[in-house]
Amino acid sequence: MRDLSLHLLDLVQNSITAGADLITIRITLDGQKMLTMELIDDGRGMSPELLKRVTSPFATTRTTRKVGLGIPLMKENAEKAGGSFHLESQEGVGTRLTAVMDTGNIDCLPLGDLEGTLLSLMLTNPMHPDFLFTGETPKGSCSFDTREVRAALGNDIPFNEPSVAMWLKEALHEEMNPIFGGVLL
Amino acid sequence: MKSLADLQAIRARTLENINMRKDEDACRVIIGMATCGIAAGARPVMLAFMDEIAKRNLKHVTVSQTGCIGMCRYEPMLDVVLPGQEKVTYIHVKPEMVPRIVSEHIVNGHPVEEYTIGAAKD
Repeated sequence: MRDLSLHLLDLVQNSITAGADLITIRITLDGQKMLTMELIDDGRGMSPELLKRVTSPFATTRTTRKVGLGIPLMKENAEKAGGSFHLESQEGVGTRLTAVMDTGNIDCLPLGDLEGTLLSLMLTNPMHPDFLFTGETPKGSCSFDTREVRAALGNDIPFNEPSVAMWLKEALHEEMNPIFGGVLL
Repeated sequence: MKSLADLQAIRARTLENINMRKDEDACRVIIGMATCGIAAGARPVMLAFMDEIAKRNLKHVTVSQTGCIGMCRYEPMLDVVLPGQEKVTYIHVKPEMVPRIVSEHIVNGHPVEEYTIGAAKD
């Protein structure tokens, strides 16, 4: 993966496959240049046995092939960038993934197009699940909650209706660009 | 400034369209968005489709995603399924190719042969 936003797009698919209703994404950049990405879902969770082997490229829940690279690639990129990777999961409750990276490290991936990732997630999952994004950088904080959008729009209109999609694109940009746009540190 | 109030107006406009739409003339665009597709650049392709569909106000086209179909070397890949026709698979799709696929294939019904998997050299 070329940047962190692509990892995020990829990892969220695991939460969707796990049947999550709400997926919470939290990205924090502190004054010490440490970037933390958290992905929290209320999906079915993993057994202790699966949790132990899921960072291996040879662990996957799909039946068509024997490899699954999403999690191992993220782990490698976090650890390579002077950070850490951590997974917690409880069956029936959900999963929490935490990746920490040192943005001062030369091997740290760029953040990438976060708006594009969130928009793609909403458009390719137009009715379900909901997403809650919160971001915090030295420039301030922002948040975007699709439950609020659905409450105003109505549950019967999918996010991939062109007029809704364009609204989401602009609303995401207005909310996130002041916090994540330009030079952050 | 975008406000949640805009959504109520969008809702009123959109509900009419949804009710008028018939499933039989629906066109589907299905993009591979597993780890391989995302790493190869599927996200900007998907967003380019959404932009193009909104720009042309195409009401009968839906964009959705699928996983990895095992031909990772051809990613980003997508299928276009028009009603009553066989699906067409495009490979190595870049955002710049999207307007042509939309205008020639989705709007006018002629697949862009040179972008399809049938034109692959390897």
